[in-house]
Amino acid sequence: MGFFDFFSKEKKEKLDQGLTKTKESLFSKITKAVVGKDKVDEEVLDELEEILIGADVGIQTTVKIIKAIEERVAKDKYLGASELDIILKEEVEKLLLTKDKAGTGALELLPGTAPYVIMVVGVNGVGKTTTIGKLASQFHRMDKKVVLGAADTFRAAAVEQLKLWGARTGVPVIEHGMNTDPASVAFDAVKKAKEIGADVVIIDTAGRLHNKVGLMNELTKIKRVIQKFIPEAPHEVLLVLDGSTGQNALTQAQEFSKATDITALAITKLDGTAKGGVVIGISDQLSVPVKYIGVGEKIDDLQLFNTKEFVDSLFSREKK
Amino acid sequence: MFESLSNKLEKAFKTLKGQGKITEINVAQTVKEIRRALVDADVNYKIAKQVTEKILNEAKGKDVLIAVKPGELLTKIVYDELTELMGGTVQQVKLVGDPAIILVAGLQGSGKTTFCSKLALLMKKQGRNTLLIAADIYRPAAIDQLKVLGEQVGVEVYAEPDNKNAVEIAQNGLKYAKEKNKKVVIVDTAGRLAVDEQMMDEIARIKAAVKPSETLFVVDSMTGQDAVNTAKAFNDRLDFDGVVLTKLDGDTRGGAALSIRSEVNKPIKYIGTGEKPEALDLFYPDRMAQRILGMGDVISLVERAQQAFDEEESKRLTKKIRQNKFDFNDFLSQLEQVKKMGNLKDLVGMIPGAGKMLKDVEIDDNAFKPIEAIIKSMTPHERGNPDLINPSRRKRIAAGSGTTLVQVNNLMKQFEDMRKVMKQMSGMQGKMPSLPKARR
Ligand SMILES: Nc1nc2c(ncn2[C@@H]2O[C@H](COP(=O)(O)OP(=O)(O)OP(=O)(O)O)[C@@H](O)[C@H]2O)c(=O)[nH]1
Ligand SMILES: Nc1nc2c(ncn2[C@@H]2O[C@H](COP(=O)(O)OP(=O)(O)O)[C@@H](O)[C@H]2O)c(=O)[nH]1
Ligand SMILES: [Mg+2]
Ligand SMILES: [Mg+2]
Repeated sequence: MGFFDFFSKEKKEKLDQGLTKTKESLFSKITKAVVGKDKVDEEVLDELEEILIGADVGIQTTVKIIKAIEERVAKDKYLGASELDIILKEEVEKLLLTKDKAGTGALELLPGTAPYVIMVVGVNGVGKTTTIGKLASQFHRMDKKVVLGAADTFRAAAVEQLKLWGARTGVPVIEHGMNTDPASVAFDAVKKAKEIGADVVIIDTAGRLHNKVGLMNELTKIKRVIQKFIPEAPHEVLLVLDGSTGQNALTQAQEFSKATDITALAITKLDGTAKGGVVIGISDQLSVPVKYIGVGEKIDDLQLFNTKEFVDSLFSREKK
Repeated sequence: MFESLSNKLEKAFKTLKGQGKITEINVAQTVKEIRRALVDADVNYKIAKQVTEKILNEAKGKDVLIAVKPGELLTKIVYDELTELMGGTVQQVKLVGDPAIILVAGLQGSGKTTFCSKLALLMKKQGRNTLLIAADIYRPAAIDQLKVLGEQVGVEVYAEPDNKNAVEIAQNGLKYAKEKNKKVVIVDTAGRLAVDEQMMDEIARIKAAVKPSETLFVVDSMTGQDAVNTAKAFNDRLDFDGVVLTKLDGDTRGGAALSIRSEVNKPIKYIGTGEKPEALDLFYPDRMAQRILGMGDVISLVERAQQAFDEEESKRLTKKIRQNKFDFNDFLSQLEQVKKMGNLKDLVGMIPGAGKMLKDVEIDDNAFKPIEAIIKSMTPHERGNPDLINPSRRKRIAAGSGTTLVQVNNLMKQFEDMRKVMKQMSGMQGKMPSLPKARR
């Protein structure tokens, strides 16, 4: 089409000097390049494109964002650096939802549910159990009564790991030990939660790659078994994504959606140098909001997702 | 959601038809497609750029073989380049010292502990007395996890649940290994981020304390653009000897493999292909290149076609086709060449799209037998002049080849059709002449 020549420039030697050399905020460089112009020139777009691609936003979504900016600029005109800054961030933020389909935000429970059932799913090693430990602590501090269900009965010492997290906040963990039926653990956890009048129950599940049909069916089954007890449950299916994952996260989201109708995302490990930009495309395409981000291994290292901060961090290479 | 690279390249090459050489102009679009494909596969965008520039130089001026479509030829060049970049040959862990010490490091959740148990199992199967050391003192139940896995694979685990000093645990474990006459020691460590100064310092100290003969960096194959940063930071600190790529049983394209290899120039030695202790494989650069490019077996097809069709023969044939002089001698030599390429069913299956199209058609190598018999029953003069073959000659040929007149007539008809098609095609790009329809 010509409006956007992906990788067209050979001129950015400055960027190529070293892959990991930390730099001043690239964004400030962009804005310098556009001051006083009334059209986003190709150099700026190239630079933008590199930033977005480098943050794992992916080609498809990057093209979409750049196109939107071009249209905006053509229509509204912009005067200087700060305005491009605003336009850019607005366009990215537009693609990121903040509430799920039920209108529930982060750390909110649907009224009248008790227990509000959260099922946590994702591929191996992304941080499901850790996120559950952190969430339990947050709800606990909001004076909510929490129950955890240890339905990862597969990975070595997974039950033990969740029990240690439960002990950190003093939250009960329902478990049947290792190598037992995960669906019946989930069932018991929900049942127990109801019995003791808990506000929220969070079910941990074993990590599984989304291309393994048998394991995905197992998730569907866990969900179905929970529904035998509470037909509307799980009220929330939280897909945990590792912030350093590339474009495969899109496929993960699609496949987990098919198996369990995910309602929200958590992105972990954003305390590293990875940006997690792939969630922009996921949120946009699947209409699932990001609710939480993990920023460390400690119990308090969970933050509510903030679109503005997230977008800001996309454009800064240096970590504070 | 990804269109395969070879499909894209075929599209890009529409403009190339009729040109015999790859030039800068006709590859520009293609190079862009390759770059996109690489970035879509999570190859770092800067590395994708470097690679495609190299490929561009490589491709310029190359002759397009008659046997191969230009798009396929370029795909082959890309594939060769990626394979070479990722190391060319298979490498294993090197075991030096008594005991040989292997230190395992990487980000959180990358698959270190699982890999440790897989490697331990491999060592045990090779008859080596092995010890696992649990030096992850941070993650809840990390020690338990290694203990369970050690038990599963039948390898002893050294742990000090109450010790809060990972360096000390590693040292003590090593001492224990020497006492017990262990031949291989594998040290599992906590996951850490490259930006975590304290933790990076810890792993550097563990390395200094145990002096491993092999330090392995374990990385999740689903990693995106950040792979280069992490690999570089770990390499700067640890100067590791090799890389382990995990979770390749998923459907990620795994561009991180290429990024890491190009960034730190250390070989990828093993891949993880499942959660079970047996799910460990050596790393084959050629397979990884195919995976990153997402193009199935097109490469093998191109490769075999290139081996089978020598260039001179191809030129001679092209000329004959142009002059409409393609005869049964040429046909026979084509048949021989196709047979050299291997099992016909495999070959057809490798042509994108053809597998589905032909799935009900029974093809096997025996399909050629009657055809060959018929051609061999022709006189040399007849073979060189197919138009001579009238009904009475056909009868004789059928009798001589042990086939029926119907079969001979069929072949003659198909041969004529084929000549027509080839004549049409010869004006366009070089292409393998299609064979007459195989027997039902
Ligand atoms: N499907 C699949 N899963 C794997 C593979 N390797 C590891 N895993 C899984 O990935 C998850 C994390 O693996 P671990 O071995 O605990 O990773 P780690 O690097 O030791 O993690 P930390 O110690 O938490 O930093 C577990 O669920 C493993 O079962 C693999 O090759 N394929
Ligand atoms: N740095 C960092 N590490 C994390 C974060 N979340 C989880 N982890 C680590 O990632 C690894 C895998 O986490 P775990 O909860 O066991 O993953 P699961 O297999 O999905 O349940 C563990 O080592 C965690 O400590 C995070 O936000 N930041
Ligand atoms: Mg877990
Ligand atoms: Mg571990």
